[in-house]
Amino acid sequence: MACLAPMAAAQNQVNMSPGVTDIGADIFGLHMLIMWICVVIGVAVFGVMFYSIYAHRKSKGHQASQFHESTKVEVAWTVVPFLILIAMAVPATSTLLEVYDNDEAELDILITGYQWKWKYEYLTDSGEPVSFFSNLATPQEEIYNTQEKGENYLLEVDEPLVIPVDTKVRFLITANDVIHSWWVPEIAVKRDAIPGFINEAWTRVNTVGLYRGQCTELCGAYHGFMPVEVHAVSREDFDAWLAAKRGAAVAQSELAKQTLSVDELMAQGKDIYDRSCIACHGAQGEGGIGNAIAGSPVVMGALPEHLAVVAKGVSGTAMQAFGAQLNDVELAAVLTYQRNAFGNNTGDVVQPGDVTGMKNG
Amino acid sequence: MGDHHHGPATGVTRWLFTTNHKDIGTMYLWFSFAMFLLGGFFAMVIRAELFQPGMQLVEPAFFNQMTTLHGLIMVFGAIMPSFVGLANWLIPMMIGAPDMALPRMNNWSFWILPPAFLMLASTLFMEGGAPAFGWTFYAPLSTTYAAPSVTFFIFAIHILGVSSIMGSINIIATVMNMRAPGMTYMKMPLFVWTWLITAFLLVAVMPVLAGAVTMMLMDVHFGTSFFSAAGGGDPVLFQHIFWFFGHPEVYIIILPAFGVVSQIIPAFSRKPLFGYASMVYATASIAFLSFIVWAHHMYTVGMPVAGELFFMYATMLIAVPTGVKVFNWITTMWRGALSFETPMLFCIGFLVLFTLGGFTGLMLSIAPADFQYHDTYFVVAHFHYVMVAGAVFSMTAAVYFWLPKWCGRMYNESMGKAHFWISFIGFNITFFPQHFVGLAGMPRRIPDYALQFADFNMMSSIGAFIYGASQLLFLYNVIATIVAGKRVSDEKVWDGAEGLEWTVATPAPYHTFEEPPLVPKPAGTI
Repeated sequence: MACLAPMAAAQNQVNMSPGVTDIGADIFGLHMLIMWICVVIGVAVFGVMFYSIYAHRKSKGHQASQFHESTKVEVAWTVVPFLILIAMAVPATSTLLEVYDNDEAELDILITGYQWKWKYEYLTDSGEPVSFFSNLATPQEEIYNTQEKGENYLLEVDEPLVIPVDTKVRFLITANDVIHSWWVPEIAVKRDAIPGFINEAWTRVNTVGLYRGQCTELCGAYHGFMPVEVHAVSREDFDAWLAAKRGAAVAQSELAKQTLSVDELMAQGKDIYDRSCIACHGAQGEGGIGNAIAGSPVVMGALPEHLAVVAKGVSGTAMQAFGAQLNDVELAAVLTYQRNAFGNNTGDVVQPGDVTGMKNG
Repeated sequence: MGDHHHGPATGVTRWLFTTNHKDIGTMYLWFSFAMFLLGGFFAMVIRAELFQPGMQLVEPAFFNQMTTLHGLIMVFGAIMPSFVGLANWLIPMMIGAPDMALPRMNNWSFWILPPAFLMLASTLFMEGGAPAFGWTFYAPLSTTYAAPSVTFFIFAIHILGVSSIMGSINIIATVMNMRAPGMTYMKMPLFVWTWLITAFLLVAVMPVLAGAVTMMLMDVHFGTSFFSAAGGGDPVLFQHIFWFFGHPEVYIIILPAFGVVSQIIPAFSRKPLFGYASMVYATASIAFLSFIVWAHHMYTVGMPVAGELFFMYATMLIAVPTGVKVFNWITTMWRGALSFETPMLFCIGFLVLFTLGGFTGLMLSIAPADFQYHDTYFVVAHFHYVMVAGAVFSMTAAVYFWLPKWCGRMYNESMGKAHFWISFIGFNITFFPQHFVGLAGMPRRIPDYALQFADFNMMSSIGAFIYGASQLLFLYNVIATIVAGKRVSDEKVWDGAEGLEWTVATPAPYHTFEEPPLVPKPAGTI
């Protein structure tokens, strides 16, 4: 998959992209058709107006004629636009019906919008379930201008959605908190993610490639910072990727039963901290939107309370519940990291088994 | 009436207790201009942050407060009250009435507005900040996930709804009961007609908005779950209710603008409006259609396909009466004797740019294509073409057109023309590139954006600063006119102007038409 050439969106692109799906091409065709009809009408109507502005000026001594009212003319300019609209409605209707044809998908993916990340779950009949979160990968330093911005600034994620090409993929879209909207222009899918409801959309991507999009429904402070990245790969690559994902999931659940070394926990904990905590709690645990981690009474205090805050969040604040987003290994790692990094040095080592135990009461 | 012809009271009480339609109209106009500057200032903050990629000036949460307050203040504080002010000044003078039918209510409907907007603006200083969920305030972002200030926002919406409803009832009562003898419905100037229809729209939909915010209030404070699926409610229900108000609302904003343009274009074409009756019917058709198209704002919420088709077809139909209007204005100009004073320039600017906004509206009505346009800058460009170049340009034209009648002084024509050209150019530099970034994939309401959108955003910001600055020129011109403009005393300030308001003295006396006028057959009517 490393061989995928990133498709950078063209600088100063001025038009919609036909994208990489048949439906996307249809929509693009419809868009261009209506636009050209509007251009032709516009040129005709404004042509008349500007001719009048040029020729019928008082300053040139033009005398105003006093004609007004003509039922024939009024009927004509009511009926002709109506016929043009019917001509537009026909292709629009057929494309819309195609967009709504959600049947017979070969792969179902559940997409859940969170403030401010996406969760992807592959709904397959057999095997270990595969699910993961996809977070913005652009570092805070780039956003706050202390570091040069990369090519895919704000459009890059830590773990992209992977789908096979030439396959009808159905997306089941919902949300966990507020309304989000999942949009990837080049695969022509935009559907609102609504908490408590599941919307359907589908795509069949024709070309292997990397396609980027963003959340398009205002969902709170970091609405602008939850991109979508889709890797469309060959069927074989997809199967291999899914198998590897499953293997990793099995390994994680095995890991949860083992005792990990401090180094392993700290390394994984740092990764998770930098991904999930850093935006609010700061790169050095100094705090920001959230409280400081360095010297925090919660972090330095009893382990069950610390776990409760991380897993269940703090209601009424920006502190989210990470219990559903991180597995027990990851929770153990991030707790260990927070309790020992930033000069906290409590020396506590939290094992996955401890987290499982505390969760079970 | 008796014989005590008196002028206004003196001091501040004149303005606090006035029941005079001209005083109240003036207060509405100044208030709306103040709100226009405030909302414009918020827009400048937005454009300054979007000048370059990266976060520079404000934090994302504050950025959302700016977009929310910009929208709310422009729609409810600037555009709507400005047209109510215009209605107050002009409707009695246009139909030969001495004043509005319900003058005390008129006073009240104005004076509850400033506290409402003061309260709305004060949320900026509250803990948790101002509302940050967009002017469309979709639940549950605006309920479960909102800052505590949402309660003040709800109260403010209730008050301004009450104000709008009272203003509308007053207009309906005035038009129905106070027309001078001989002023039949089909002789009324189009501005009166468009406002009469607008007033009915307002009375119909403002209570729906009040219902929506009341349900929000219940969800926030009293444990109901109207908009929360977890409690058996429906977040999409909020959007249906909001847009059942919201779509007629955009016609509430634009119909009086149509009325203004229909007064001004004939005046500077020196030729009657081409199809008066068809303009009235087109306005009524647009008003009717506005009630059955609301869900075209919601194509992506996952409606059944039958619903999508219905709303798509109904929305496309609006192009027909809107087209009739544009064709009528242009045919009115055809073979007239055109001159291009500032009000006419703004009307021609309106005609070109509003029509452009209409075209993008037609594109947006096509549901499958809307899946790509929805919630991008393409939509932002579209509605600013109709709201700014539509409503604000026509309102500006109206001020230049009637200001000499109101204050008996002529504005500075070269400054007016400069205002037009700077506005026109600044506006297009601001909003035309937004079509491009929208089509290229830039979502709306984001405080920061990917690098490929950088150039057009910088252009947009420069245009916005130009457009914003041109409004200060307008303010200066209006004040300079009122204080020291060249005096005019002809009743008919513009040689081509028609209508009863041009038969009273200039400046318009404090009381007009204490005796009903004889209604001449206005040119251009049947």
